[in-house]
Amino acid sequence: MVQDIPSTVELRLPSKLGFEKVAMQTAAGVARLMGFPDERVDDLKTAVAEACINAIEHGNRFDERLSIGIVLSMEDGELEVKILDSGSGPHKKVHAPDIDRKMHGDEEARGMGMFLMQALVDEAEWTQTPLGGGCVRLMIRLDKEEE
Amino acid sequence: MTMQPQLITRVHVDQAKAGDGSPIGVLRFSGDITSTSRDVLFGGYAEVPATTRKLVFDFSKVEYLNSSGIALVIELLMAANKADRKVQSFGLSPHFQKVFIMVGLNKYTHLQADEATACAAFVD
Repeated sequence: MVQDIPSTVELRLPSKLGFEKVAMQTAAGVARLMGFPDERVDDLKTAVAEACINAIEHGNRFDERLSIGIVLSMEDGELEVKILDSGSGPHKKVHAPDIDRKMHGDEEARGMGMFLMQALVDEAEWTQTPLGGGCVRLMIRLDKEEE
Repeated sequence: MTMQPQLITRVHVDQAKAGDGSPIGVLRFSGDITSTSRDVLFGGYAEVPATTRKLVFDFSKVEYLNSSGIALVIELLMAANKADRKVQSFGLSPHFQKVFIMVGLNKYTHLQADEATACAAFVD
């Protein structure tokens, strides 16, 4: 009997802004192979890019000696993307941006990444790796009508 | 030698006219809008004559926009708001129209279907 083993794709990227594009294009390629429609692929691309940017900026603090890991796992119509860094995980909670406060300078214009990740994928979770690094887990699922 | 990823932002400033003949400054963004885009974006904004009260943001040639880039768009809108300038936008993909609405940006710049609609949308 053939076991149903999840397929995985792994990347390791430098902690430099711009390399998140490699992760988002890879995630898009895998999602298209699985049959996700363009709208979901675009959602995933933005979520993956934001997770990578946070990993580079806040997790690895732009330390070029460190890399970020991206693990894409495909199983039963689900695509899970883990973004791993050497930080200690997020110390902020996800909050919806308040555009009026931003426009009046009462809230930083930046700081929407975690909100976008949570809003654009089916599941977004911030954890720590067993070795103490930061990990963001994103998941999108094929709806039955998309399969 | 380490490789530096290329993130390139361009802004081309054009002028159009509103229905009442008043000038519109059209900022045509292209390439990437990210945290590294500040000087280029605000440089383009500064090219618009101070007397121009109507602005159109053209996103149709933007290839990559992330949350740091959206934050800079917010800062441009703050600058426009302070100067009592109205801003219409067009050319966003359906995905980024959705993202702009998610973060509430459509309250400060109307998202129009195309340039003609954006220029016609100024009511005074």
